[in-house]
Amino acid sequence: MGDIKVDQELDCRGMGCPLPVLKTKKAVGTMTSGQVLKMVCTDSGSNKDMPSWSDRTGNPILKREEQNGEFTWYIQVK
Amino acid sequence: MAVKKMALIASKGTLDWAYPPFILASAAAAMDMEVKIFFTFYGLPLLKHKIDAQVSPLGNPAMPMGMPFGPEWFQKINWNIPNAIMAGAPGFESMATSLMKQTFKNKGVASVEELRTLCQEVGVEFIACQMTMDVFGFEEKDFIPGISFAGAANFLDFAADSDIQLFI
Repeated sequence: MGDIKVDQELDCRGMGCPLPVLKTKKAVGTMTSGQVLKMVCTDSGSNKDMPSWSDRTGNPILKREEQNGEFTWYIQVK
Repeated sequence: MAVKKMALIASKGTLDWAYPPFILASAAAAMDMEVKIFFTFYGLPLLKHKIDAQVSPLGNPAMPMGMPFGPEWFQKINWNIPNAIMAGAPGFESMATSLMKQTFKNKGVASVEELRTLCQEVGVEFIACQMTMDVFGFEEKDFIPGISFAGAANFLDFAADSDIQLFI
């Protein structure tokens, strides 16, 4: 996959459940269809939570990265 | 996809049990669900302006008692304090409460007040049990704004059409 153009970034590092999902939801709500949100968190529970959130709300996850205990999610606004 | 609904009953008012309804409700709302929480009996004070919920490990052998400061090996110690000492020591509850608050804060968990505010921001509806208010002597002015006041029938009307119903 080529480079993803990020429209907005969200830092959820250090936050526990359910804050990363909530902040992601709020950020997505301020964006327009097709835009991409980059969210970084350290909550390992997000590995299950983010896909569930994505399935339920219909905002697809384009890509996921993991580095040094940080999880980076690229989410496209539906 | 039809909108999913979740109906929660918050019936407990200790600090540990204050978290689950707000965590579940905010997460569900973030997942586009319509959520209502019915606060009844000891859960009702969670709607007061200031939440002064406390927690006690007394009579709760499952609650780990760790220290939220010091080196990691120290934080991992579970302080097994006999019930007789917990019950007799003045201020034990407030100590346990501040330790739990600090531990949660260290782990990046929002405070109960913050979670409550987040719930309202994402559209979770709070219902205060009118009967409990009358019994405990609470008035509408004792509670945060933006909530409704109703009884069991009003909640059950919503719960009957909900996909998830939980008693907490």
